[in-house]
Amino acid sequence: MLNKVLPAPFLSLFLLVFWLLLQNTISAGLLILGVILAILIPLYTNRGRDFPATIHRPFKVVEYFVLLLIDILISNLNIAAIILMPSRKIKPALIEYPLDIVGEVPITVLASTISLTPGTITAEIRRDGRALLIHALNVNDPEKLIESIKQRYEMRLKEIFKC
Amino acid sequence: MTQLPSWAEWLVSSLIIIGALFALVGSIGLARLPDFMARLHAPTKSTTLGVGGVILGSIVYFSVSSTLSFHELLITIFLFLTAPISAHLLAKAGLHLELRRVENTRDLRGQPRQYSDEDD
Repeated sequence: MLNKVLPAPFLSLFLLVFWLLLQNTISAGLLILGVILAILIPLYTNRGRDFPATIHRPFKVVEYFVLLLIDILISNLNIAAIILMPSRKIKPALIEYPLDIVGEVPITVLASTISLTPGTITAEIRRDGRALLIHALNVNDPEKLIESIKQRYEMRLKEIFKC
Repeated sequence: MTQLPSWAEWLVSSLIIIGALFALVGSIGLARLPDFMARLHAPTKSTTLGVGGVILGSIVYFSVSSTLSFHELLITIFLFLTAPISAHLLAKAGLHLELRRVENTRDLRGQPRQYSDEDD
């Protein structure tokens, strides 16, 4: 029953919060309109979703988001330090990152995370979809970088999406 | 224009200055890093915090001077969703066009063909 009315509960919640942020005030009328929109829009767009993804651990998502915010902050400081360094001795590298997780949504989230965090950008996915190509701005030990991404992000995503 | 209490004035101005500094550093990086792929790193990272600082300043200013205001957070959400995607597309384009890379770039691809669009 609940699945029929709310096919994507997290999308509904996101839309409601989004709506209230757009209005920038909270009143009963706006809240009711927001709830109606948050129910109707996922019902209408659900036919177009061909990437099933279930979040198994909602609280882990919050933890992941906070971790990501902190890492983005550190990443900004690192990049700023590299840019302002008087010498131009950076060690860029193209690194192959073997994936443990499967599924379009988890891999997309991981690729976006890598692009947002310390000196790394996801450039391409291998043809068979089992590895990502990462460009790192300044790296001494590629093995260590791969290991840290695995520990910090991929393990957590694995828990969140159970894949 | 309302008068802010002085702690809020200090907070808002330092947040805006921090944000502006990071935006400046990002632009400097864009100009002085050696190759296309390295240049890509500067704006995608530093602008996030640059815009973040200015947005935080705006939230504090409007929350203190009139009513609680959070719709600036939407800008952050959009930025977090779009920054990695645009960076990914630019990096992909640079990779497939095989742009010149600085000579100390280490290419650790086992089979580079696995990442190209060319037919076998």
